[in-house]
Amino acid sequence: MHQFTGIGVSGGIAIGPCWIYKPASVSIDRKTIADPSLEVDRLNKALIEAGHQLEQLHERALINIGEADAAIFEAHKLFLDDPEFLGAIRASITTEKINAEAAVAETAEGFARQMLALEDEYFKARAQDIRDVSRRILYCLNGISLDQYNLSQPSVILADDLTPSDTIQFERSMILGLCTRHGGPTSHTAILARSLAVPAAVSIPFEFSEIVAGSDVILNGDTGTLTIEAGKEEIESAQVARQSWEQAWQVRLKSAFEPARSLDGKLVEIVANIGGVEDARQAVEFGAEGVGLLRTEFLYLDFGRLPNEEEQASIYREIFQVMSSRPVVVRTLDIGGDKQVDYLDLQQESNPFLGWRAIRMMREHPEILLTQMRALLKAASPQNDLRIMAPMVSSVEEVQQARAIFEKAKASLQKENLLQVKKPQFGIMVEIPSAALIIEHLAEFVDFFSIGTNDLTQYTVAVDRTNERVAYLASPFHPAVLKLIDRTIQKAHENGRWVGLCGEMAGDPLATPLLLGMGLDEFSMSPSAIPEIKELIRGLNTAECERMAKEALAQPGIQAVKDILEKYRPKDD
Amino acid sequence: MQSSDILVTHPVGLHARPAAEFVKTAGKFPCMITVCNLTTAGKTVNAKSILSVLTLGVQQGHTIRIETDGENEVEAMVALQELIASNFGETA
Repeated sequence: MHQFTGIGVSGGIAIGPCWIYKPASVSIDRKTIADPSLEVDRLNKALIEAGHQLEQLHERALINIGEADAAIFEAHKLFLDDPEFLGAIRASITTEKINAEAAVAETAEGFARQMLALEDEYFKARAQDIRDVSRRILYCLNGISLDQYNLSQPSVILADDLTPSDTIQFERSMILGLCTRHGGPTSHTAILARSLAVPAAVSIPFEFSEIVAGSDVILNGDTGTLTIEAGKEEIESAQVARQSWEQAWQVRLKSAFEPARSLDGKLVEIVANIGGVEDARQAVEFGAEGVGLLRTEFLYLDFGRLPNEEEQASIYREIFQVMSSRPVVVRTLDIGGDKQVDYLDLQQESNPFLGWRAIRMMREHPEILLTQMRALLKAASPQNDLRIMAPMVSSVEEVQQARAIFEKAKASLQKENLLQVKKPQFGIMVEIPSAALIIEHLAEFVDFFSIGTNDLTQYTVAVDRTNERVAYLASPFHPAVLKLIDRTIQKAHENGRWVGLCGEMAGDPLATPLLLGMGLDEFSMSPSAIPEIKELIRGLNTAECERMAKEALAQPGIQAVKDILEKYRPKDD
Repeated sequence: MQSSDILVTHPVGLHARPAAEFVKTAGKFPCMITVCNLTTAGKTVNAKSILSVLTLGVQQGHTIRIETDGENEVEAMVALQELIASNFGETA
């Protein structure tokens, strides 16, 4: 038996044959060829095959991930048919008498470099697309089929790292677990695994040479361990562990529909963070009592232009229908910073996280927010419970402006007889320290607050959370961050407003007793975390949590806070 | 030969979906079709090549020059003009 330990990112135990995913490499070295016309024939055959593959992928993507994300494969098909691209490849085969592989790779790289020279996120993504198309043609030239993705039996997938275009190729029912050598807790692999609810671990230090393809492995997504060459005994005990894990999960899932009421009777709301209608369905399955954060960026990223009111409304309507009478908190457009959209005249900024993003666009482009608010209000039916919140608020003036737009949207729809939803709420996100410190002044203009701990942490400790060298400093358990959270909850309650929290902290079992003790009303997390957090709250005593929260708030640093919280961590039985 | 200068008003310019629609429309005609971005005074490229059209970097408010030459050159020009005038087939 041999064991490797990395980071567990999606809970559960997978036992089964491993599938080693290693993209094949094709030599693109220049070779002189005798008969260019034969080489052009080879190329033409490869192009036809590549075209078939893209059509099939497009169809599969339409079923698995939806129209907007599937469009990428249509774009690849356009590249494949591009007369300039193909003309240049054929010309270098015939005039330079070189092999098709070199001609394809060199031509594609030339176009990719031209795109990269344009220094825009949009073109960088296109450069990646050209390279993807090039790789596909090279595979077809060498008869390497992408059958490597067609798993013959459900398997634990082992890879260096997985990208979105890698993972879409796998049949979902064939994935027992995911295990990668690279990547962190926020990598694509981690996010995908959680949404598929399969065990996963990343940063596992294995070498491909150590593992026999198809041999049985054990992957534990809670401890982050991969076991190879396991004996009969280890496999049997892993099977027992898997069974009890699944039983516990089933019990949790069953009780996930029960409310989250603490031992002493305090009731809190457990809701989900979602980014689309698929997530909404999953959230309901996992016992979410509503949605605490609906991200709307995907609409703006997918359309490639500003989606109009009707287009937005039809997508919101689908989500609202799934959630029915459960509350849905929608965050208005939060673009800029690390998310880029090419048409919003976003400029290169040296500090995008401190720049023109989210609600700050409202001054120059109030119509964007008005359209979105009208679309949301219009899409909600009388049985829906709609709550709209503005991100990145730093001052009273911004809240007043956003509220005025909200009221304007309501009034105009009322006039047109298109407002059906009853008592929609308006709120703001608390993710900038300056907002957290003036809650009492902001309260007048809002119905609720929602704390975004990821950004609040980054702005409090001055850490760019996408910078891996300093990311370790960005812990929401820093006492300064905790004080801002505590203050927000207190001042909001004093002014009769409710408070939610929709950062990753809400789904972290370590933080649950602390947040309960601070008096948080609503916990919003990724759907798969809901059953566990609900169960945890049912075993807590609020008065005890309050005492503990006070103690935690008085600590000097992150570790001291965590030490206190560890004592409250429920023991695994 | 036909030549026409057209202002692009689509918010995305000639990128993403509008670029794809433009190239697909151009590809339906047998004549030679070229396009260049007058605003940036760049090179003239094959309008049937998505990669070339993208590299023109046409944004909202830019003016492009389209030239068609050969069989069905008039029909090709009308089709491209109509496509841009209809905001690439979008209603809003």
